[in-house]
Amino acid sequence: MSDYFDEMFNGDGSLRGPYEEIGRWFNAEDVSRLRAKQREAEEVFRLTGITFNVYGKAEAEERLIPFDIVPRVISGREWQRLERGIEQRVRAINAFLHDIYHRQEIVRAGRVPAEMIAENEAFLPQMLGVSPPGQIYTHIVGIDLVRTGPDEFYVLEDNARTPSGVSYMLENRETMLKMFPELFGATNVRNVSDYPRNLRRSLAACAPDCAEGEPTVAVLTPGIFNSAYYEHAFLADQMAVELVEGHDLRVHDGRVCMRTTRGYRPIDVLYRRVDDDFLDPLNFNPDSALGVPGILDVYRAGGITIANAPGTGIADDKAIYSYMPEIVEFYTGEKPLLQNVPTWRCSDPESLSFVLDNLSELVVKEVHGSGGYGMLIGPTASKKEITAFRAKLKSRPANYIAQPTLSLSTVPIFARSGLAPRHVDLRPFVLASPEGIKITPGGLTRVALKKGSLVVNSSQGGGTKDTWVLED
Amino acid sequence: MLGKTAGGLFWMSRYLERAENTARLLETGQRMALTRTKNSVEEWASVLQTAGVLNEYLAKYDEVTKDNAVDWVLRDADNASSVKSVIKQARDNARLVRTALTHDVWSAVNATWMQIDAVMKRRVNERDLPAVLELIRHQAALVRGANLGTMLRNDIFDFTRIGTFVERADNTGRILDVKYYVLLPTAFSVGSSLDNIQWESILRSVGAGGGYRLTYGQKTSPTDIAQFLILDGRMPRSLHFCCRKIQENLAYLMKDYGFAGPSIEASNALYEKYLNRQISEIFESGLHEYIQDFLNDLVGLSRQIEIDYRFYE
Repeated sequence: MSDYFDEMFNGDGSLRGPYEEIGRWFNAEDVSRLRAKQREAEEVFRLTGITFNVYGKAEAEERLIPFDIVPRVISGREWQRLERGIEQRVRAINAFLHDIYHRQEIVRAGRVPAEMIAENEAFLPQMLGVSPPGQIYTHIVGIDLVRTGPDEFYVLEDNARTPSGVSYMLENRETMLKMFPELFGATNVRNVSDYPRNLRRSLAACAPDCAEGEPTVAVLTPGIFNSAYYEHAFLADQMAVELVEGHDLRVHDGRVCMRTTRGYRPIDVLYRRVDDDFLDPLNFNPDSALGVPGILDVYRAGGITIANAPGTGIADDKAIYSYMPEIVEFYTGEKPLLQNVPTWRCSDPESLSFVLDNLSELVVKEVHGSGGYGMLIGPTASKKEITAFRAKLKSRPANYIAQPTLSLSTVPIFARSGLAPRHVDLRPFVLASPEGIKITPGGLTRVALKKGSLVVNSSQGGGTKDTWVLED
Repeated sequence: MLGKTAGGLFWMSRYLERAENTARLLETGQRMALTRTKNSVEEWASVLQTAGVLNEYLAKYDEVTKDNAVDWVLRDADNASSVKSVIKQARDNARLVRTALTHDVWSAVNATWMQIDAVMKRRVNERDLPAVLELIRHQAALVRGANLGTMLRNDIFDFTRIGTFVERADNTGRILDVKYYVLLPTAFSVGSSLDNIQWESILRSVGAGGGYRLTYGQKTSPTDIAQFLILDGRMPRSLHFCCRKIQENLAYLMKDYGFAGPSIEASNALYEKYLNRQISEIFESGLHEYIQDFLNDLVGLSRQIEIDYRFYE
């Protein structure tokens, strides 16, 4: 019996409830036909251009994210629980952002230390006092979840800036529908395809007061060389809105306008996929060629809605993450429905001594690090590495947090040898607007294709799966 | 529509058209070289000149050889007008304007790039050349079919058509520009076999052999060829046909947008000046000057379109 919770098979090899249909289907299938289908799927992805760009090469190379044909299944009951927890968390994040850029009650109440905010790079003083329509700061959110047991889900990370991957959720489903239509006849899989329509409606509901008639929405992309360009074009196409770059835009008469074949036309809501730093060369990074000079001034004066709002990064920072249980409770008055991964803040002397005593069992991360840099994975680190890290930790404890090594659940992939368990995570996509919070049933399942690996990132050998939420 | 998108559609179509025409030019060159082994170097130089890449070629190679000429025109990355380069650029432009294209058009362009890239990883040897050239024309036809069969008839379509016909007029004009001397009536050219080969090569390089025979039968004469390629409104690669299409599509835009930029006037002037003419007048006033002036004015029209519809900042 494995140490990990497998979502498809019980310890005795029998199928777990949500996977009964998938199991039956797989057993009845001819393996060579499935292999041909797997290749066919990759061909579809290549032809459609569902690729990501790899940076750092002379000629930007486009790669596929490997797609595995065995779906990841979540029962209706499991999903309901997740949904409630995600909704609560997203409400809290938006309330937190509003508070942080206004009265900072949570700091006054002593629940989050002042320096966590004031000294945070992601905090934008330019946003102080700005109230976006509906008080929505983060309109599109991706909540990264991991599972360790039948009923144990944890939030690994909140993505409140510009979460990506939703096009994979949609294309993975399209691909499965095309290749295995018979599977969908036998199961009640909830639909994900209305995401673009909901996205557009959600964005339009956040239009500023100056919008006339049906609000004009546009997607702002850094351009065709950005690694997520496919997704930007896909979403603009599906929403039937313009896909703009910084050089298509200029500020005119207090509005942000796009250069069309008939002249400049104002934009009401800009779904930007450009980072804060590059958004406005006048207000932030002066070298940015990706943004629009003066857009922040228009925004502050209520001439445009920017989604997500500038400065939302303060809510998904690793240090702030450790305060999420307090944040959820402070703004909703309820206990958090979704658990954080237990996190030790090394700035706290008691936590620090615990962490130092248990380094070989823990994962230690830099507060502002990302992409796995500056990180110690205790169980796989050498004695020498641990000693070196111990010194770093002692000299700047506030720069680190520590978490237990999680036993991520597994879902089988269709490997050379047949079904083989691999670790997965899940990113559901959430839309927030004055009309409410909408969560697409499903999300992006990322899977570590290498045996035993816990790293699901596409840059390090991760793939994706179609994610099914069943109608119970 | 974004001005940038209009520009992307225009250039996507221009590059695709150029790829197809270049393939046809290579096909003709190949055939001429096989027919006239003695003078094949001259023939390849003329292919390079028609493709507008002779000077760049000579900057890289000391002399014109068949293999190097074919490689330069077909796949050299240093040649911005090589078939591989222009298909890459067509595909980059298609990605840029992805939201304006139907799935069919986009995947046809993307598949074209993937296939061309695959067959052009290495030098194409002589034996494989016909199949590669065939593939290029095949894919161009596929993209055109997807465009005609699936795209809405709106401003998006208009810009793709304008790009196609500006490029095509330019390409037909260049062929005439390089080969005009073959078409000049002299006391001696009475249809020697050499003349016949030259004349046929002109027709072949615009894919007009069949159309010409249908119209004029077996008799090949330089005046008829010039008439056919310049003034015949039924021949889809003639200057007349291309100019008409540009005028038509600009007129659709005018109706759609409710304004007329200077490009409308320029397209009408281009037609009046060059195409509302008799072939005898054109020969009298000088075929060469006529073609060169036409090509210059066409560049001017193209620039004006870019300005009128705000392709760039």
